[in-house]
Order: sequence, then C-alpha cells, then structure tokens
Amino acid sequence: MNTNIPPEFRVKIDQEKCRKCKRCLQSCSFGVYQFHDRVIPDNNKCVACNRCVAMCPEDAITINETPNVYKDHPNWNLQLRKNIWKQAETGGVLLTGMGNNLPYPIVFDHLVVDACQVTNPSIDPLREPMELRTFLGRKPDKVNVEYKNGKMKLKEKLPPQIQIETPVIFAPMSFGALSLNAHKAMAMAAKDFGTVYGTGEGGLHTDLYEYGPWTIVQCASGRFGVHSEYLNAGVAVEIKIGQGAKPGIGGHLPGEKIGAEISRTRMIPVGTDALSPAPHHDIYSIEDLRQLIYAIKEATNYKPVSVKIACVHNVAAIASGIVRAGADIVYLDGFKGGTGAAPTMIRDHVGIPIELALAAVDDRLRQEGIRNQASIIAAGGIRSSADVVKAIALGADACAIGTAALLAMGCSLCQKCYTGNCAWGICTQKPELTRRLDPEWGAMRLKNLLRGWSHEIKEFLGALGVNSVESLRGSRERLRAVGLDKQTCEILGVKPAGR
Amino acid sequence: MDHWWEKDISGCGLTGIINTDGKRISGSVIRKSIALQHDRGNGQGGGFAAYGIYPEYKDYYALHIMYTEEPGKPTRDLAQARKETEAYLDGIVSVKKGEEIPVKITDKVTSHPLLNRYFIKVRPDKLAESGVGMTEDDFVVKVVMHINDKIDNAFVFSSGKNMGAFKGVGFPEDIADFFMIENYEGYTWTAHNRFPTNTQGWWGGAHPFTLLDWSIVHNGEISSYGINKRYLEMFGYKMALLTDTEVVTYMFDLLVRRQGLPIEVACKAVAPPFWKDIDRMPEDERQAYEALRMVYGSGLLNGPFAILFGHSRGLIGMNDRIKLRPFVAATKGKTVYMASEESAIREVCSDPEKVWNPRAGHPVVVELEKGVA
Amino acid sequence: MTIEAKGVYYRQLNEKIREAVASGETEVVVNNVNGQRYIGDGVRGKATITVNGVPGNDLAAFMDGPTLVINGNAQDGVANTMNEGKVVVMGNAGDVLGYGMRGGKLFVKGDVGYRVGIHMKGYKANIPVVIAGGTAGDFFGEYMAGGILVLLGLGRDKDTPLVGDYCGTGMHGGVMYIRGEVDPTRCGAEVGIEELSEEDTKTLEGYLKEYCEDTGHDLGKIMKEKFVKLYPKSSRPYGRLYAY
Repeated sequence: MNTNIPPEFRVKIDQEKCRKCKRCLQSCSFGVYQFHDRVIPDNNKCVACNRCVAMCPEDAITINETPNVYKDHPNWNLQLRKNIWKQAETGGVLLTGMGNNLPYPIVFDHLVVDACQVTNPSIDPLREPMELRTFLGRKPDKVNVEYKNGKMKLKEKLPPQIQIETPVIFAPMSFGALSLNAHKAMAMAAKDFGTVYGTGEGGLHTDLYEYGPWTIVQCASGRFGVHSEYLNAGVAVEIKIGQGAKPGIGGHLPGEKIGAEISRTRMIPVGTDALSPAPHHDIYSIEDLRQLIYAIKEATNYKPVSVKIACVHNVAAIASGIVRAGADIVYLDGFKGGTGAAPTMIRDHVGIPIELALAAVDDRLRQEGIRNQASIIAAGGIRSSADVVKAIALGADACAIGTAALLAMGCSLCQKCYTGNCAWGICTQKPELTRRLDPEWGAMRLKNLLRGWSHEIKEFLGALGVNSVESLRGSRERLRAVGLDKQTCEILGVKPAGR
Repeated sequence: MDHWWEKDISGCGLTGIINTDGKRISGSVIRKSIALQHDRGNGQGGGFAAYGIYPEYKDYYALHIMYTEEPGKPTRDLAQARKETEAYLDGIVSVKKGEEIPVKITDKVTSHPLLNRYFIKVRPDKLAESGVGMTEDDFVVKVVMHINDKIDNAFVFSSGKNMGAFKGVGFPEDIADFFMIENYEGYTWTAHNRFPTNTQGWWGGAHPFTLLDWSIVHNGEISSYGINKRYLEMFGYKMALLTDTEVVTYMFDLLVRRQGLPIEVACKAVAPPFWKDIDRMPEDERQAYEALRMVYGSGLLNGPFAILFGHSRGLIGMNDRIKLRPFVAATKGKTVYMASEESAIREVCSDPEKVWNPRAGHPVVVELEKGVA
Repeated sequence: MTIEAKGVYYRQLNEKIREAVASGETEVVVNNVNGQRYIGDGVRGKATITVNGVPGNDLAAFMDGPTLVINGNAQDGVANTMNEGKVVVMGNAGDVLGYGMRGGKLFVKGDVGYRVGIHMKGYKANIPVVIAGGTAGDFFGEYMAGGILVLLGLGRDKDTPLVGDYCGTGMHGGVMYIRGEVDPTRCGAEVGIEELSEEDTKTLEGYLKEYCEDTGHDLGKIMKEKFVKLYPKSSRPYGRLYAY
C-alpha cells in the first residue's frame, strides 16, 4: 500500500564495517533487508526490535529515530498526526501491542521505602533467613486445632492454597499470543523456581500438562481450550473477566497468528481471527459470576478459583463483589498491563493505575472484614523488584509479571506483537521464528530474573527490619510519598515523606 | 452539584406474584419462592413489597420510615432522628397513627435500625400553601424527598396507600421472618434477594425502592445511572439511597404520574427499540418512537436489567432491550407469577397453566380486574 | 439407582450424583428436582442421568461424556462449555445454552431463549450439535466458530418470530440449519444464507433422526418444510477492522 506516513526509524549500515555476511537478512522478520551487492534496508518496515543489531558480528548496524523534523505543536505530537494519517488511509481501528506508552504519572516512582536505623536494626539477608514464601487462596477467619499432650493437630483443613516460593508469578499470556516455546520456558522456570505461570486464554498445549502443578489454567470469555481435563490439570482455575490493557473489550488474536496448532487447541478454523467476546456472554451480573465460579468448583472438586479483572473506576466494589461471589484470588490488572493486541485508543486511555486500584481494593476488603477471604495479585507495569516491594506494602499478596517476563526472554518492546513477526520467537507462531527461542534457554533467563529479584526483595526486607514478607504485606506505614497531592496520598493510605 | 457520590452495583434474584381477582394471600407464599433463589444473593439485602395489606387504612398514605446510619456519614442518635422526623410530619401532614413496625428478633437479624410506620393524610391548608396545581400525591413526594434529603439518618422506604415495603440487611427469607410478613395479606407481592458490592450492611440499600404506590425490584446494573440521576434531579427528585434502582422508580413516577404517559409508553421510553428497528417502522409509529428517544434520551436505562414494578392496580415485568438478565413468567387461574428462575415459580405453583420467557422489549403488563381491591 | 432431591441443597445432591457415577452406576434417576444448580458439571463417564423436575442453572457445564435426560423445562446455562455427552430437555430451555460448547449434543424439545450457541467451537471429529424444536431469541449462534445449530420452529404462533435479531453475528465457523425463512436483515453481516446441499441434508437428517427418537417429534413432518443454511461468509469477518 502506498503510504505517506514517514517511517519511524532509520536503519544505518556502516558499509565499511559490513562484511556482507547477510546475517541481518536472515534475522529480520519484518522484511527490512534486501541485498543487491550491499545490504539495503527499507526504513518503512523497521520496528526497532534490534534483532539485527544483536546478530551483526561487526556491530555495523545503527537504528535511529527518523531525524526528519515536523513543526512542533504541543497539542498535536507527531504520533497523533501519524495516527490520523493511518486512519485516513485504512479506515481501520488503530492496533498496537504491549502496554500503555503515554506519559501518565507513574505512582510507583513517587513512593519510597523505609529503612531501619538506630532504633530498630535492619537485618542482613546474607546472614539471616529472609522468608518470601507466600500462599495464595482463601484463608478462614480462624484456625480449628486440637491440642493434646503438647501436640497440635488441625481439626479442620484449610481450603486448598497455591504455594509459591517468591511473591512473583508469571502473568497469563495466551498460547496464540505467545509461542509454545515461550510457554514451555515459563512452565519450566515456574516448576524449577517454585512459582506458577498462567496459561492465558489459549488453552493448555498437551506438551505442558506435566507442568500442571505449577500452572493456573484460564477460563476466558472465548472458552478456548476449556474442558474438564484442562480445568483439573492446573493448581487453580482463573476466570478472566478483563485485562488492564483493554478493559471492557475482548481478546483479539489476528488470523495471521492462527496456524494449525492454535486451530487445534482453540478449536476454531485456521486463519480466522480468534475473538474473545468482551463480556463472558453468560456473565451479565455479579450473581452470574458466582454461578460460573461454583460451576467450575463443582467440576474440579473445589480447586481455588481466581478472578482476573482490569482496574477500572469502581474496582473496589467489583473486587468486593468478586470475593463475596466465591473467588479465592482476585487478580488486579492495572491500565499499564501489556497485551499481544489491543486497539491503541483503549490501551492508552481506559483503566486506572494498579497502585491506586490496589490500595482501594485492599482498603475496601479490610473495611468489610473480608480481606482474608481472597489473596490479591497485582499486575500491570511491575517493572522491578522495587515495584514488587511497594505493591506488597500497598496490600498485594503477590505480583504478576508479563512484560518483564517477555523482556527476560529477549523481547525489546517494539510493540508489534500483533503482526506475528516477533523476531525473538516469543509472540509469533511462525516455525522459522519460534525456533529462535530455546525453551531451556528461556527458562534459565526467567529463573535468573526471579533469582535476582528475590535477592533484591530480601535486601529490601532486611533494610525494613522484617524477615518475613507477610510483615510487609499491607503495611502502608513503610512507604512514603514524594510529590503526590494530598488526595492521592489519602487514596493510597501513604503519608508524605517528612511525616 | 455533588459529584463525589458512589453508586452501588448489585446482582440479584426476584419474584413477583399478583392475584388479578384481588384475592389476598399471606407473605409466606412469596417467602418460599424467593428462598429458593438463595444463591442469587449474598445475604446483604432482602426485601418485599406488598399491596392490599392495610385495608382498614386504605385511604391513608402509609409511610414506612427507617432511622439508620448512613454510609460515609457520622452517626447521631437515631431516636433523635425519629423525634425530628415526627415533629416535621406533625407540622406538615395529619398523622392518624404512628407506631413501630412489629418485628421479631432472630439469630439471623440481630441488629436493625429504628423502624416506624405512620398513616397520614394530606392537610388541605398545607396543600393550598404549596401552590397551584400541586396534587396530594405531589405533596407526599415532596415530604418524602424532604425527609430523605434533609433529615439525617431518616429514610422513607415506602409511601403508598394500602401498601408497604419490608426490607433490610439479610437474606430475604430472614427479612421475611424478621418483619413477620406471614401475618400480612396482600394481592400483589414482590420479593428481592440482593448481592450488593458497595454499601455493605446498609438497610436503605435493599430493594424494593418505592415512591407512592410504585415499588421496584431490580436485577442488573444501570450503566446510564450517572445521567439518569442528573436528569431526574432537574425535576426535583433526590437520589438519597445510593442505588441505581432508585432512578427507575423516580423515572416511572415522572413519566406516568406526572407526565401522564400510559405505562406501556413509559416502558418504551426507558427501553426503546434500536434505531435500526425504528427506521423500518410505519411513518406514524417511527415519528413517535423518534420523539420518545429525542425527549427522553437522558432517561434511557442502559445496561442489563430485569425489573418488576408494582403499583396499586397491577404488576409489570420488563427486560432491557436485548434480555441480558433472566426473566420467566407463568399463569395459573387468576394468578400471574414472574421470577428470575422457573424453579422459583414452581416452588409455589406446582402446575402452572402456562410458563414462558417474555421477549425483550415486550413488558408483561398485568392489571387487576375492574372493581376488585 | 434413584436419588431423592426434594429439599436437598445442590452441593449435597451433586456429591451424591457424582458418587453414584464414580461407583459405576449406569442409570441414575433423580426425583423432585427443583432449581438445584450445577447438576452434571464436569462429570465424566458413560452414565445416563434422568432428572425429573426443573433443574437449576448451569446444567451439564463442562460435562464430559454422560447423557442427561430432563423431564421438564431447563433454566439458563445448559451445556455451558460442554465437551462430550448428550443433554435431552423434554420441554423449553432458557438463555445462554451451549456457550463455548466443544462437542456432544444438546436436544431441546421446545423453545430456547437468548444467546444460544454462542462461540460454539469445532475441530475435526469434535462437532457440537444443538437442536431446538421451537423458536430462539436474539444472538442465536453469535461468534460461532464450529459445530451445528438447528432450529425447527415447531408449534410457534405467527406472532412469535422464528429466530431473533443479531443471528450469527461474528460467525466465523460452523453452520446453522433453520427450518423456515430467515430475514437477512436480522442476521449479522458475516452470515450468508443459502439452500442446503445434498450433503447438508444428509448430515441434518442423520442428527434429526436421533433427535426425533429422543424427543418424540415427527421426522416426516419436520422434513416437509424447507430449511435454509446459514454459514460464515468469511473466516475472517473482522479482518478489515484493524489498521496494522
């Protein structure tokens, strides 16, 4: 198609360094390169995934932003102008991938963490035990024990829990959005490290059933891959009501990514778009959600059921309803959460930040006296161990990482996931690309990430003078706000630094 | 303009029974039906509306008033709220009788607000003072709005003649036992089992919502609440009860009682057909529907809903335009039943003559036979 | 084996039914059912369970193999994401039937409600089949991705439409056979309407024969009227919607 939209990036080949090995041609999955006695890039196709840069043995490639300048207009940045040119050309809905990239304030970056000094000593995590073990699931109001002859025995067992060794899990990302190798990597890493990953809404591939005990299987509105064996395969079932990247609208896996394997797992024709309807069409009111939760519990002999929602205005009321409807875990996905494909306008303008949603939900559940009835998982832009610590202090039981996990496997956040051309083999179905991601290598990288973050979390805990993560959970007192207005501080339940 | 309110969302179950020959039956019947739908609620709200229950006071407005804490506001002495309200009533209407509503404390409903009822008539001198054109009904609405809005901790939860609402925090069957509804006899009963997620534990939030002899029980969520509220506020209605169902009640009061639209037309105004269907209608009809949508656009109830609304001469059940909430109806002899689940009807009617799922956009309108009740 | 359901809460009732099936019972009869939910959910195996009464919501959800016969009307959510097995309803059924159904058969003798057969899926031999004897409400076969939906329109009065609005919206797989006339303006833009081929007729008759045996309808009378076939015009109805 002829386009007048200028390319975003400019590829520069240092022809002196280039030894014409053509590795860039092989590496690029977006069709940038041609070779006519030298490497010739087509800037229009470049998405700055940097795969070629990583692969070039001579470091001869530079990717720059297109330096052409347009007259500045503060109300109409270049991206907005390009959006309109694109829509004028296609008449279509603007599509994008990954998470919100507009410059909204990042609340995490305005929160700082306490440290102990003088009056209450900090703890050295290298010397003393620092406990990160977390249990996700419904806890009763009290424990029923029998105490005889100095020995204690549980009279009433707790409802089933998910045990994780670090308060970080892998976010659900569907098989279809992601390649099978990416799922394998997460499954293996979850098993080896002692955490869980989510199948997302694409069902569970038969190769991965052996990782069942480290898997949360998802039941989304499209009900892809959902059958009795699947429901029983995982350690819990997650009902996906919404996701932070596109609250209120359904999943969309473009036909380009529906190959034979996806067609089989999702049971839809090859090449069609896999549409997950916006609402579950059997859930139009809170009692319908309770109906589905218990239908699943009845079908799985009462495994824990998690409900994943996008963070929207009345998230606190919704979360309360969800807990009262029988959910054992509430998964909150903030508006910066990632996705394989979402309309740009929805991704960037709908939903609220996870920090505020988390604080509101934790407060509401405590006010109602039901905080123990469900664990809270926070997701949507968890970028570092610092974010995890802050989220836990705000009230989360654990955090889920999506984008961070993909970055660990090599992703460079080019945001073109919906094209199915991922050069790193992560969110594509093309065999020539998926083979680029070796599951064992991916698993190792994910384990490394979890290991690094877990150590950092322990350092934080040590500085805070606590040696068990449950002493930080919901302890707003250990956070202070810098540069936030009074009302936001009130909503977060966090004092301004200095107080 | 107050923009800081918080709206509750709730899901629910409902049942309605009407004897078109005016035969009055005990509240124990509807208790049985709504109890079967136990799982549709979460124990945070249950309620009933009954018509024909005060035959010896049938010409008096029966005000049911609760004196209770308000969510998000500091509490004061509830007896003080009652004193203030009764003083206000004594000054503005003629109170024939005021008493506490008889209740029975059970282990299911242990704490409750102060609950009173007052049988009143409008005083001609006070009516004349309020200006030309005001009817007795208008006057009572004003009194109700005043109490709800201006007197802290006082809420009128029904205000019709020869009818009353009984509602509170608890499963409906427990609320039924608390108010001893088996001792009341009515020819129309509606019941509601609530699953609220916001205002937990607030007696004022349970259904039905009433005004004069309208009572509404509602299953669903009104996503257009924000504008419905502001539209109704233009006409003097005050949304004091923090639940979206309130707008349905006032919307019907506005369209049917004040503006004189036939009930079926009012139903069409709040749940009109889509433009694609209006465009294909014969010209006269098309213009009428177009006008309804243009004038009452801010009153359109958007979102999934099933609503039962009762009034002194009938019962109406209706759905949103694409029937996103369940709604079943049945008939046997002179009785018409409506409920969220067929089994709730069969629990109290073992052999219905006809059972059907009403279509979206086609309200089920049942009227009492002429001359009865 | 007979199980008495009167006054029994769904949790205890379903435990009893599950135990019966797990212990090898092939014929289970449940009497005086009224409103108990989740009957047959996630149950696997080859038993036949007869339900006398009106079962509650989400009957046979995620069911994987057994046969359920309902002597009465059914409520909402029947055969929700059902994988395999058969449900026969000897009356009417409510809304949201066969949602995400992946296999097996749902036969309803009478009318069905709204949002029936949404997102039914199919893959090779796994073809879910839903046959309703009467009329259906809006959103029949919405998002259909596979399987077969059949609507017979038996016993309807002329005021009630055969099928509602938005029939087949978002259809991208599967097929519908509707006995009677379908107004194309009531269907999604993705839906094509045509006559049945010989192969279609053969397939349809095969399923209808079994349906009539189970429900008591007259196959001859049914086949006398013309059917139309609704199919997805494209497997990518939303392909042009997005700007890539």
